Amino acid sequence: MISILKNFKFWFVFTPYFWLVAFFFIPLAIIMKISLSVSEWGMPPYKDILTTDEVTGNFIINITSGNYAFIFSDFFYLQSYLNSLSLAFTSTLICLIIGYPIAFYVAKSKPKTRNLLLILLIIPFWTSFLLRVYAWKVLLQGNGILNMILMKFGIITEPLSLLHNHYAVILGVVYTYLPFMILPLYGYLVKFDLRFIDAAHDLGSRNINTFFKVILPLSLPGIIAGCMLVFIPVVGEFVIPELLGGSDKLYFGKIIWNEFFVNRDWPVASALAMSGILFLIIPIVIFQISYSKYNFKNE
Amino acid sequence: MKDSFLYIENVSKSFDDVKALNNVSLTIKKSELFSLLGSSGCGKSTLLRIIAGFEKPDSGKIFLDGEDITDLPAYKRPLNIMFQSYALFPHLNVFNNISFGLKEDHLEKNEIINKTEEIINLLELNGLEKRKVDEISGGQQQRVALARCLVKKPKLLLLDEPLAALDKKLRIQTQFQLVNLQYKLGITFIIVTHDQEEAMSLSDRMAIMQEGNILQIGNPVEIYEKPNNEYIAKFIGTANIISIENNQKKKNFYTSLDLDIEIETSINKISSKCLIRPEKIYITKSTIDKKVSSVNSCKGTVKEVAYLGSYTKYLIESNNFHFYVFQTNNFISENLNIKWDDVVDCSWDKEAIFLL
Repeated sequence: MISILKNFKFWFVFTPYFWLVAFFFIPLAIIMKISLSVSEWGMPPYKDILTTDEVTGNFIINITSGNYAFIFSDFFYLQSYLNSLSLAFTSTLICLIIGYPIAFYVAKSKPKTRNLLLILLIIPFWTSFLLRVYAWKVLLQGNGILNMILMKFGIITEPLSLLHNHYAVILGVVYTYLPFMILPLYGYLVKFDLRFIDAAHDLGSRNINTFFKVILPLSLPGIIAGCMLVFIPVVGEFVIPELLGGSDKLYFGKIIWNEFFVNRDWPVASALAMSGILFLIIPIVIFQISYSKYNFKNE
Repeated sequence: MKDSFLYIENVSKSFDDVKALNNVSLTIKKSELFSLLGSSGCGKSTLLRIIAGFEKPDSGKIFLDGEDITDLPAYKRPLNIMFQSYALFPHLNVFNNISFGLKEDHLEKNEIINKTEEIINLLELNGLEKRKVDEISGGQQQRVALARCLVKKPKLLLLDEPLAALDKKLRIQTQFQLVNLQYKLGITFIIVTHDQEEAMSLSDRMAIMQEGNILQIGNPVEIYEKPNNEYIAKFIGTANIISIENNQKKKNFYTSLDLDIEIETSINKISSKCLIRPEKIYITKSTIDKKVSSVNSCKGTVKEVAYLGSYTKYLIESNNFHFYVFQTNNFISENLNIKWDDVVDCSWDKEAIFLL
């Protein structure tokens, strides 16, 4: 055992796993534990799972499924989760529609232009994500640039309320997550052999048929990777709805924040987080398994 | 010229500043197996892509079966191309790959199935219909690619390096299959290749290309025996090129500048170079007393011997000039005793000399 620990290769390979265990599985287990405990006043604001009775000295196990029962009985929580799913779905679709042509164009341009375009895609990452969302706030607000320009040209007489509604949230999410759609799509399309397009044309396909029968099915793995990278984080997105959103729609991330920091109900917040993960993971796992059967090599 | 089957008229094409095709004209007859041969970058693939409709020529016209197809998009041209990489669709199985083109033509379902099955039988692909194209062997992939083209009954089939991806044994076998298939179906084939042996054994006629120009068009015998210039002579097979000077005193007589001999040929032409193919030179071990005439023969020293079974290659040096001699090993002849540094007598017939 000691000889294994001294082995350099062992550490090289297993450091990421230790990282994952220390900073992902253990915290997740702690949240799981909190989600099953009983809330009480104090710090931390929940009962330990194992306590001793002050009078008798017996061990008492404090586990409850009540937090889960509570969030499932109140439609308010489900509604916020559905809002988040619909936001994720809409913005993923918009990202795909905008991102696919961009990725295709970048992948098929000459190597010199391609590198320049890739740098342009990555440049926004040099500015903090938070600052970029704030910038949108400045652009969209009542006396912001957009309203000022529209009024100057006499298109509108009163400023539009562009901010603090779910359209602003969709705009912010699409803007932020677009590179995460484009980059995996690009990575896949750049390997795409243009002779497939020639072959389809040669066999009598017009452009539209070539796209739907050849290009689209062959870029499906890239589309799926891009959609996953956008959809999954957007479901739990908290910052963008907080900064750009209003009271018209409540999103899941915001609800967890409220339960945790406003209501100080850690067990309910943890139960929400856990059920959110489960609802998201189960369909994805099923999808991955069924998709792997269909998968093919594109060389 | 316009009544020939495929007529390419003064086609030019440049990419950026590089001239890929320089005013190329070419006539191909119906049911002919024609090869475009040249080293990489000679423009043969560009010409093929222009015929297929993937590239537009800068100038010039293309006629197929009397119809001007220069401006016809690729999907409307009555011809098909088989790619070097085959470009089989990896998301479709063998059957759907082959029937792809028929579906695009909006044929009836039964007709699609019948035509596809017919071609599957012809190319012996039975039993593979449901397989993914990356689950079958290279030879099978090649036949699927061929089937995908032939099922559309094209007037013209273009093949881009059709055998390059196969190993040597399979290549020779497939060469014969390809020729048989072409003969059976009567479809005009244009094959692009950089492999001169492949071009020689497959073609009815071939064109040699270099730097965007066609240097010579002819059948394999013409190209090999009567090359237009030194480049072709060296490109096809092995060539001994000897510099000569025109001898005014006697007709058909030249003085060699490389060897200390005189050369007599059956052709009379003012020329400075001649070609003698290595298999047309005879060698025997030199005997001291035997006198060698200095016309079409010389003494030389063996510098290299390579025994290749059916024939033996010799590199001979004479008067500081090196040339090759190939001798067929028809009999267990005394030639097999020729070793390094042996002195040999070399001679050739005057008909063996071709003036360039």
